[in-house]
Amino acid sequence: MTSRVVITGIGVLAPGGNGTKNFWDLLTAGRTATRRISFFDPSPFRSQVAAECDFDPAVAGLTEREIRRMDRAAMLAVVAARESMQDSGLAFDQLDPTRVAVSVGSAVGATTSLEREYLVLSDGGRDWLVDPAYASAHLYDYLTPGSIAAEVAWAVGAEGPTGIVSSGCTSGLDSVGYARQLIADGTADIVVAGATDAPISPIAVACFDAIKATTPNNSDPAAASRPFDLTRSGFVLAEGAAMLVLENYDHARRRGAHIYAEITGYATRSNAYHMTGLKTDGREMAEAIRQALDQSRIDPTAVDYINAHGSGTKQNDRHETAAFKRSLGEHAYRIPVSSIKSMVGHSLGAIGSIEVAACALSIEYGVVPPTANLHNADAECDLDYVPITARDHVTNTVLSVGSGFGGFQTAMVLRRVEGVKA
Amino acid sequence: MTDTVEIADGPPDGLEDRTVITGLGTMAPNGMNTADYWAATLAGRSGIEPLRRFDATGYPSALAGQITGFSAEGRIPGRLLPQTDRVTRLALAATDEALADAAVVPAELEDYGMGVVTSNATGGFEFTHTEIHKLWTKGPQHVSVYESFAWFYAVNTGQISIRHGMRGPSGVIVSEQAGGLDAIGQARRTIRSGTSLSVTGGVESSLDPWGWTCHQTNGHISRTSDPALAFRPFDAAASGSVPGEGGAILVLESERAARKRGAPRLYGEIAGYAATFDPAPGSDRRPGLARAARLALADAGIEPGDVDVVFADSAGVPRLDRLEAEAIVEVFGRDAVPVTAPKSLVGRLCAGGGPLDVVAAVLAIRDGLVPPTFHTVDVPEEYGLDLVRGSARPLDVRTALVLARGIRGFNAAIVVRGIDRAVDRIVESDAKGVAAA
Repeated sequence: MTSRVVITGIGVLAPGGNGTKNFWDLLTAGRTATRRISFFDPSPFRSQVAAECDFDPAVAGLTEREIRRMDRAAMLAVVAARESMQDSGLAFDQLDPTRVAVSVGSAVGATTSLEREYLVLSDGGRDWLVDPAYASAHLYDYLTPGSIAAEVAWAVGAEGPTGIVSSGCTSGLDSVGYARQLIADGTADIVVAGATDAPISPIAVACFDAIKATTPNNSDPAAASRPFDLTRSGFVLAEGAAMLVLENYDHARRRGAHIYAEITGYATRSNAYHMTGLKTDGREMAEAIRQALDQSRIDPTAVDYINAHGSGTKQNDRHETAAFKRSLGEHAYRIPVSSIKSMVGHSLGAIGSIEVAACALSIEYGVVPPTANLHNADAECDLDYVPITARDHVTNTVLSVGSGFGGFQTAMVLRRVEGVKA
Repeated sequence: MTDTVEIADGPPDGLEDRTVITGLGTMAPNGMNTADYWAATLAGRSGIEPLRRFDATGYPSALAGQITGFSAEGRIPGRLLPQTDRVTRLALAATDEALADAAVVPAELEDYGMGVVTSNATGGFEFTHTEIHKLWTKGPQHVSVYESFAWFYAVNTGQISIRHGMRGPSGVIVSEQAGGLDAIGQARRTIRSGTSLSVTGGVESSLDPWGWTCHQTNGHISRTSDPALAFRPFDAAASGSVPGEGGAILVLESERAARKRGAPRLYGEIAGYAATFDPAPGSDRRPGLARAARLALADAGIEPGDVDVVFADSAGVPRLDRLEAEAIVEVFGRDAVPVTAPKSLVGRLCAGGGPLDVVAAVLAIRDGLVPPTFHTVDVPEEYGLDLVRGSARPLDVRTALVLARGIRGFNAAIVVRGIDRAVDRIVESDAKGVAAA
């Protein structure tokens, strides 16, 4: 690890408003984008709420052919990638494509298209032996989610390493961590990195219903995502994408780029405990946090803000609260901690990158987004979770964490780059 | 022939700590463990045959590389049976073999010092087919409590990590058939960053009716119904490929850690790795496979002339075979290096394909035998390939290059080098160091 890695472009497509500006406005206003599911009739399901994107691919600039062949997750990623490229000020067509890489996180890939095609091929689910005569020409691209990374690489014009990072709900942090490594070890100068998921489909809703991971709080959809609140009852499924332009620090400085933040630390550990369950002690997440701080050469007191996983399950909220205390000691009580999932829901693999974008914007603007819907914190969650209202706060160093099915626990540290806009 | 090294000393002080292969676990259509796979690969026993799992009459093709006779009972803990798809059972069984081969007892090692990095491009597909069928025929309340994690692409990494108490840096890379090599490359990065051991590779299985239908649409599937003729990479009569299931799991370790714990053998090292992506369709720029190969050789610090054999991606589609032949000739020259494709006996295993070829490369180094490309007979002269055909070729293999391409433009390359060769390199670099001083 030698080269420093900085964020020079941001593109976000999140529920509640497309584009980075609308996303940040939503977060700082403390508005929520959760609602009753509109993509299909949710009434047979236990959880009937989700955070959906109001996304029209044609309006977003995709061609008819792109719309025909791409899964929604790919479309969200490509649109976000284009925004990040423009935001970076880089002339991508002037770059050496072999030095540009792509890293896209996704937990469930093209689930929505697979289910849609399944219903046609199986005649509404009736036939076990599905009929290949009805197969879409793009079905294989839905089967293997590498196609989503390929779409982004084509949009970017990248010929460096390209792939999907798919570690469940930490995919969005891990894809950025993977990208950071590609620049740090000299494999690439620039990586368009981020994550996407568009899982709001019956099978995804049903599978989380089955383990009661999502909230049954259907009566007040706008307030359904309630991380750290005593009344929380599970996460709210969501969709979205965020793509970032990651760049070698020297490369960025030479061209006078605007630098949002440097990624100074990243680590992932596994709990090796249960595919969905978490122990209460937060041991492995704490270890990931310590490693990320060590790489950043800082101690816990340097951390100004924690962007929590904050999914809104009792298990998670207690697990990560313990992890913060375990890794940061007494300082954990003095740091603002918040969960933007309270506003934009939990978009599985995508949310990690959306949260990195929020962290970079928090550094940029000196504002900590709030935890919406937090009125009465669970007694076991006794940190400063920034309830309801965004807070002006000097954020030079931000910690973002994620926790996912499969046992993945990931931590990332972002820091303001000195001398680049305080 | 190169003996695997069994000495206790670590690498001399100050030298790079190499990433070595200490364990192999194989789950292939023509062999459910490494020894059986290698014997079948040398003898030309094929795992390609008509689909047995369902009646594929009426589907565009009906040949697959199938693992037959695998029973999870007794190999996988009973409590895992209801929660795992076939692909995860195959991966867990291959992992058991690899760990036993490496004589690794995870409980004796530091938990954060062991990671798991795998590739898988289709998830637990049969499992999810079953659950989605239930959803649409019986209703949401009938969907399994395991569906949320039996399908997703991270399932093998997660279950391996849990089963063996591995808490170190782990992950999942997906890039169609290139992904298995990308996972190995990423495992090597984690080892170079300080993790002692990584379980890595890839296993794939999606041969249920729905998965089978999805495979049919990739544009590469042979419509030939004769199992001996359907997948003939580089043959003038190549007609496409055959989908298969399985793959391989490797144990990688830092050389220091492997020697310190007394690993029984070092099969070789992952000496080089690189990945590239093809230009967008319609571009006049060249595909990225040759560049991936060159970058991997550079990463290994070697020249094309140092490579003894190339394990080709071998798509079996004439257009893609030609492009690969051009890439190999571009890097090595015409007929300059033996090339082989043992996957002609098993089909294309998606994320499992690259790791299985790495196993074959390791064993070619060990035994001094290059396995042949069975089924391929007539290689067009203009390809300029010395394709090993007919029977295994005795050859002192020190260094092998493994290539993989993933549909939509992914390319990956890995250099596998025997350990004695690595020692030569150390001696050479020492000599250079002395000369420079």
